[in-house]
Amino acid sequence: MTPKLNRWKRFADWDERPLRLDKFAAEDPANGFSAFSSPADPQPGIGIEGGRVVSLDGVLEHDYDMIDRFIARHHIDPEVAPEAMALDSATVARWLVDMNVPRETLVRLAHGMTPAKLADVVSRLNALEIAFAYSKMRARKTPGNQAHVTNAKDDPLQLAADAATAVAFGFDEIETTMRVSRNAWSNAVACAVGGAVGRWGTLFQCSSEEAEELRIAMAGFTSYAETVSVYGTEKSFTDGDDTPWSKAFLAAAYASRGVKMRCTSGAGSELLMGFHEAKSLLYLEARCLCLQRGMGVQGTQNGGIDGAPLTATIPGGVRELMAENLIAVWLDLECASGNDARSTESEIRVGAKILPYLIAGSDLICSGMGSILKYDNSFNPSLINGEELEDYLVLQRDFEADGGLTPLPESRAIELRERAVEAIAAVFEELGLSSPTEDMKSSVVYASGSDDTRSLMPRDVSFISEAIKERGITVLDVVKALARRGFREEAENLLDVVKLRLSGDYLQTSAMIRNGRIVSAVNDPNDYLGPGSGYRVSEERRLQLNDIRDVLDQKEVLRSEALHEKDETRHIRYRNLGPAANGSAKDDVVIGISPAFGLKLYRTTAGHRLSEVLGAMLDAIRARGLKARVVRFRHTADTSFLGLSAARMAGSGIGIGIQAKGTAVIHQRDRQPHNNLELFSNAPITRLEHYRALGANAAAYALGEMPEPVVVPQRGEAMGSRYHARVALIYAIETGLTEAGAAPEEVDVTLTGVKS
Amino acid sequence: MTHTRADYPLAETQPGAVTGKRGKSLADITLDSVLAGDVTMEDLRITPQALQAQADVARDVGRPTLALNFERGAELVEVPQDFIMQVYELLRPGRAKSKEELLEAAATMRHTYQAERIARFIEEAAETYAARGLFTFRF
Repeated sequence: MTPKLNRWKRFADWDERPLRLDKFAAEDPANGFSAFSSPADPQPGIGIEGGRVVSLDGVLEHDYDMIDRFIARHHIDPEVAPEAMALDSATVARWLVDMNVPRETLVRLAHGMTPAKLADVVSRLNALEIAFAYSKMRARKTPGNQAHVTNAKDDPLQLAADAATAVAFGFDEIETTMRVSRNAWSNAVACAVGGAVGRWGTLFQCSSEEAEELRIAMAGFTSYAETVSVYGTEKSFTDGDDTPWSKAFLAAAYASRGVKMRCTSGAGSELLMGFHEAKSLLYLEARCLCLQRGMGVQGTQNGGIDGAPLTATIPGGVRELMAENLIAVWLDLECASGNDARSTESEIRVGAKILPYLIAGSDLICSGMGSILKYDNSFNPSLINGEELEDYLVLQRDFEADGGLTPLPESRAIELRERAVEAIAAVFEELGLSSPTEDMKSSVVYASGSDDTRSLMPRDVSFISEAIKERGITVLDVVKALARRGFREEAENLLDVVKLRLSGDYLQTSAMIRNGRIVSAVNDPNDYLGPGSGYRVSEERRLQLNDIRDVLDQKEVLRSEALHEKDETRHIRYRNLGPAANGSAKDDVVIGISPAFGLKLYRTTAGHRLSEVLGAMLDAIRARGLKARVVRFRHTADTSFLGLSAARMAGSGIGIGIQAKGTAVIHQRDRQPHNNLELFSNAPITRLEHYRALGANAAAYALGEMPEPVVVPQRGEAMGSRYHARVALIYAIETGLTEAGAAPEEVDVTLTGVKS
Repeated sequence: MTHTRADYPLAETQPGAVTGKRGKSLADITLDSVLAGDVTMEDLRITPQALQAQADVARDVGRPTLALNFERGAELVEVPQDFIMQVYELLRPGRAKSKEELLEAAATMRHTYQAERIARFIEEAAETYAARGLFTFRF
């Protein structure tokens, strides 16, 4: 007895999808689970007396917490505030998406807006409007990207190789961190050296404890800092072991050492830390961002960051991440826009998350794309990782959108990895830190991830790292070591990065290095004012984006067909017998072949020799005692017309039409061209047994029977994506041989019977 | 002289004027001079003048808060690393046990290093920490 089912089986199918590993949270403002608004959020408001901000979003000065105080004193411009706060939020929201309202006008107004006002304005935009406004409001015109370079062993050889690879892909910044915190110095030296291979100008940071990070920067190994975190509630801030003043002091300290820095903040951090005050994510984040502008940092890493996975569990959470990025750029901050911590197991959600940023552009689209494999990412996996990096390259090509990366040829990747590994090994030897063996080095060069390496382990690395720190080794020692061992180019590249700090040009908002020159919001300001303005992909850049690997063209198709030609001559001979006549015998079945069949094209898209396909059909027809003729048509290459023409010439009234790519049809004399008896449209999955069955069915129809149609089973493969480029090129070869009014030719087919 | 956006980037518009703390210019700092031992980390340090120039540029392009940060940074150029780290530590929550510790640090900044903006900034922190009860035991 069939058991009675109690569930639509589709739900069981859905249970198995990666999506269901994601857990979703109910909206619950009282417990902090609200993206855009909460009853606890204040109404926008400001009080100014004698140039002093005496109330901020409903809080009177004597009740200010330290965040209110900082924002009131350092962010709010009392000259602009009365005008900006009096504006209708809906009007300002419309200005954000109005290409005729210049960016500068809106940036000036933001100087006078409170956190609640900024949140109130952007929350009125839908996701598309936020993406558009982001594209218009971001500070620097040219988009960029940042990579994570880490590994599960803190192996410096692999760090150097992976840093060099990331640089070659075009990342403007690379960020490392450690499994073991005392390995920071080794990581810093390894990435600094690897990042100097190939070209100069990639900025580098080593995310570590605040004080340690500044020391590493002072030794010259890193060129920027990013993990200076700020929070939107006072208690989260102090649990983060800082205050707005300590962080602002740190910002000034970085400036005093000529080192670029940005802060980090993102939705969900206060919720994760347990001090959300029942406020919405967006409002708390607006506070963080006003703080950062007040601190005078040039930019922010923003958009959920470590809180992105939590934020994505909340209704509207992903839209909120976009909205907070918009506030960041509206406040004129450089924005490294998240797309960092992997917020989902669903590849569809990953693609959907990245797309608005890819097409809108961003100072740094990802504030850490995993250039390494997921398990090697010491920050935790990124939204997009080494595994999926090529998907991203293809998205750039699909949308002709500059995501900051450039495809890297395989041979170049190996060259750079070898060079980087040799360079770091040379530095370690010169400085007496370690002597990596040939086996270690070669295992790293070819490794996709640290599972494949036989190299230094975290404990080995600790000795190297502590020696670098204790001996006070600086970037100059590393530069000298590189040069002494013949790595002059890398030595100069590394020195050039350190020299950036003399002028401080790269301390300005949104600064990066392109082709050896500073590009920032000062000399490359976003000037978007509608179509034709702002960042445009140049023709030169478009060709770079297009240049992904394994691209098919007609030459490639003809080359592979030429290889098959020789093979086919051993299996089959076609002899043209002249014009074909109409058959009259009842046992006459015609197989109509296409113009290029066996003359220019030799295999079906499934890879079967045309000799085998034709042989299978002929055998099956003859097995029923019928006669099968082969006729080549040159007036058409279309399957339906091939089939119908064949049927009309056949004495039985039944014909088969077949193209060289393997698409076939059974047709009958009196039918409309596209109303056939049986169609085999999925050539790539059509096997010889199907062609045999097709022949058998054609014979059955000729004998007046009603056979079971042949069904080629398919499992939902994206046949079009796999084959259509090839099919279109092949088909063009067929149509190129057609000639209007050309007469059918009788073809004598000899199968040699050669087996291989 | 006040710098404007037209002077940016300084390393390209006036490379000769960009020098490290010991006066070496960008052109003086080459791989060969490093190998000859003529370059120290001090030569790779930004000067207060360069930070002031960047502050001018930032102000000119409408970024007054960024300019102020560069100016605070300029005051810290001459402050030894250890003292910077000490003051940073003191500004973290619960490190200073009283307002006076911070005021003392502010006074050192003002009198020893002529870091007036930084001093006022620390005083403002002291006042805030007192108001918000941040001089409490944390660990």
